[in-house]
Amino acid sequence: MNFNQIKNKLKNKVVGIAGCGGLGSNCAVALARVGIGKLIIADFDIIEESNLNRQQYFYEQIGQKKVFALSENLKRINPFVDIVPIDIKLTAKNITKIFRNCDVIVEAFDIAEMKKMLIETIISELPDKALVTGLGIAGWGDNNSIKTRKIDNLYICGDEKNDVSESHPPLAPRVGIVANMQANTVLEILL
Amino acid sequence: MEIILNNRKETFKKNQLTISELLVEKNFTFKFLVIKINGKLIKKENYKTATVKDGDNVMVLHLISGG
Repeated sequence: MNFNQIKNKLKNKVVGIAGCGGLGSNCAVALARVGIGKLIIADFDIIEESNLNRQQYFYEQIGQKKVFALSENLKRINPFVDIVPIDIKLTAKNITKIFRNCDVIVEAFDIAEMKKMLIETIISELPDKALVTGLGIAGWGDNNSIKTRKIDNLYICGDEKNDVSESHPPLAPRVGIVANMQANTVLEILL
Repeated sequence: MEIILNNRKETFKKNQLTISELLVEKNFTFKFLVIKINGKLIKKENYKTATVKDGDNVMVLHLISGG
């Protein structure tokens, strides 16, 4: 497939992104650049200065809602993508409704408990839906520990090793690698 | 019994184990897990009652924070 054929195939596809932090914002940028038809992005959070070490926002956007700032940034990259920003805290009650019509869902939360909630909700309520999760992005270096594997309809990207902590902070390079692996996995599923 | 645990064959002395027993046996200590037996989601409140038997396919996914 050449790029025009790829774009033609992707323009009818819908991808849902749960969380617009390090994984979600970087994954959304990659998918917008290749021309996904529609991106449904959901988050309730506000941009803080500490987010800028890895998330796709600009200094002057500090204080703005992530979904709206990301929507604006994605439109500047590719105005032909239909962006649906949803300013909401995702819960087991609203996830199914928001992401039901997506071809693929990207799990892009930071907190383990939220990841569990989303994965369990999709497995039990939308079992046939492809879900791409990011697990293990903390720290720096150790490129070759980052992998992708698949269990049923769940695709897992990351090192699956370390939680984030004082000594293993989330940083742009490793978060970006995993976010782009998630985007790459989305393309593998859709193309 | 012999089961498939996270895509790998594993053998246990007992003929069946509850999920709670399996987690102890394997020393899986992560706080947040997603568990499936033969594709069916097992919620945390059922870890003490859901059983794994010979031939079952079990997924135990450790959730790691960061994103």
